[in-house]
Amino acid sequence: MLDILSEYGFLLLVGQFPNGPLGGVALTLVMSVAALLLAFPVALAVAIARTSPIPAIHRAASVYVTAVRGLPLLLIIFWAYFVLPLVTGMTTSASVTVVCALVIYEGAYLGESIRAALEALPRGQTEAARSLGMTYRSTMTKVIIPQALFNCLPSMMNQFVLIVKNTSLAYIIGSQEVTFSANSINAQLLTKPFEVYFILAGIYFVVCFSLSRLAKAIEHRVVRKRLGQQTRQSDPNSSLVRAPS
Amino acid sequence: MIEFVDVNKWYGEHHVLRNVNERVERGEVVVVCGPSGSGKSTLIRTINRLEPIDRGRILVGNADVNDQHASVNDLRSGIGFVFQQFNLFPHLSVKDNIALAPVNVHRRSRKEAVDRAMLLLDKVGLVHKADAFPAQLSGGQQQRVAIARALAMDPPVMLFDEPTSALDPEMVGEVLQVMKQLANEGMTMICVTHEMGFARDVANRVWFIADGEVLERSPPSEFFTAPKHPRAQKFISDIRG
Repeated sequence: MLDILSEYGFLLLVGQFPNGPLGGVALTLVMSVAALLLAFPVALAVAIARTSPIPAIHRAASVYVTAVRGLPLLLIIFWAYFVLPLVTGMTTSASVTVVCALVIYEGAYLGESIRAALEALPRGQTEAARSLGMTYRSTMTKVIIPQALFNCLPSMMNQFVLIVKNTSLAYIIGSQEVTFSANSINAQLLTKPFEVYFILAGIYFVVCFSLSRLAKAIEHRVVRKRLGQQTRQSDPNSSLVRAPS
Repeated sequence: MIEFVDVNKWYGEHHVLRNVNERVERGEVVVVCGPSGSGKSTLIRTINRLEPIDRGRILVGNADVNDQHASVNDLRSGIGFVFQQFNLFPHLSVKDNIALAPVNVHRRSRKEAVDRAMLLLDKVGLVHKADAFPAQLSGGQQQRVAIARALAMDPPVMLFDEPTSALDPEMVGEVLQVMKQLANEGMTMICVTHEMGFARDVANRVWFIADGEVLERSPPSEFFTAPKHPRAQKFISDIRG
C-alpha cells in the first residue's frame, strides 16, 4: 500500500498538475467548494421562495424541489452533460458540467434544509420585527435569515460532505478527480484493486471527517459567543443549542 | 388616540371579537383583563394589525389601521408592542436589539441609534448589559430590554400583551416598575395583564372582556370593589381565590 502511495501519491493529490490539468483530491475539493458556493445562493432563493406568501413563487419553487428530489444525481449529471453544450453553444469541461449538476441538485436539498430552519424559528421573531415597523425584506435579511443560517450550519456542513462524496460520480463523464485517478492507477496496476480502493476510501474519509470536525468547531464558537464565554464546551451532543427567543 | 368602531373578528366559526366600541384617550392607561381565551390578546393584536379584523374600524391617531393603501410599516413603527415571550433577537447584543429598528426604519446612523439605546437602557436600569446577548439575561431583564426596544421608535402608544405572564414571580416587580414609570411620564398604554395590583395603582380604566365582548369599562377603584356585570363579579371573586 505504501509503495502505491509513494509512486502514485502525487497523482492522487493533484492529478497531472502542473504538467496537465488539475486533478485528484485537489480537483475534488475545488469542485466541491465551487458547487457549495454556487448552490448556496440558489438554495437560499429556493428556501425564501418556498416560504413566500406569494402563491406563484411558492409553487414554482416547490415544482423545482419536487422534480430534483425525484431524480438520481447521476441522471442530472447526464442531462447536464448533453444539454449544457446545446443550450450554451460551448463545450463545457466534464468538471464544470458536474459542478452545474451539483448546483441544481444541491440547490434543492440545501434549499430544503434552509427552509426548515426558516420555518423552525418562532413566529414571535417575525412578529417582533414587523411590530417595530420593519419591512418583510429587512425582517428577512436582518432577523430571520441570519438566525436560520446559523441554526442550519450543521445541516449545511452535512450537505457539503455529501457534495464531496457525490463529486465521485464525475468520473463517469471523464472528470479527472480523485476517483478517476484511483481508477486509472488501478487500471495500470491491475493486481491491487483492494489496496487502491482502500486508499481512495481513506482519502474520502479523511476529507469528510475533517469537514465534520471543522463544522463542529465553527458551531461551538458561535454558540459560545451567544451564551457568554463562561458556559458551553462540555456536552458534544448538545452542540445544537438554540438560544431561547 | 385609539378608537374601536364596531370591531368584529372570527376564527372560522369562532366569534373572537364582538362589536367592540371603545376609546382610549391620549395619556390614558387602560388595563384589559378577563378569563383566558376571552379575546384579550386578539384585541390588542388588532391595534397594530398583527391580527386583521373582519368588520368595523380601528383608528390610531387619525390613521385607519386596516386601510389597505396606507403603509402598515409606518403604522407599526408608531405603536410600541411588548410580547409575553419577549421575542428579543437572540443573534444580536442587547444594544443592537434596540438599535436595529431605528437604523432600519428611521434611517438613523448606527452611532446615533446606539447612543439612544444606551439612554433607554439606563432608563430600564440595564446599561451594564448593553453588550450581553439575550440568552445571558434573566426573563425580567429580557422583558425590560424588549420595552426599551419598543421605546426606541418613539411611539406615542405602547401595547403590552401579558408582559409578565412568562416571568418567574420574583421578576414581575422589576418589569411592572418600568411600566409604571412609563405611565407616570404620560405614555398612552394598553396592557393586557393579570396583575391586578398594577391595574389598581396605574390604570385609568379597566376593560373586562369575556367571550370577545367588552362587558365592563370602569375605573379600577370601582371595578375591583363593585363590579357591575355578573361575569366581572365572578372573575373578581375567582382571582381573589
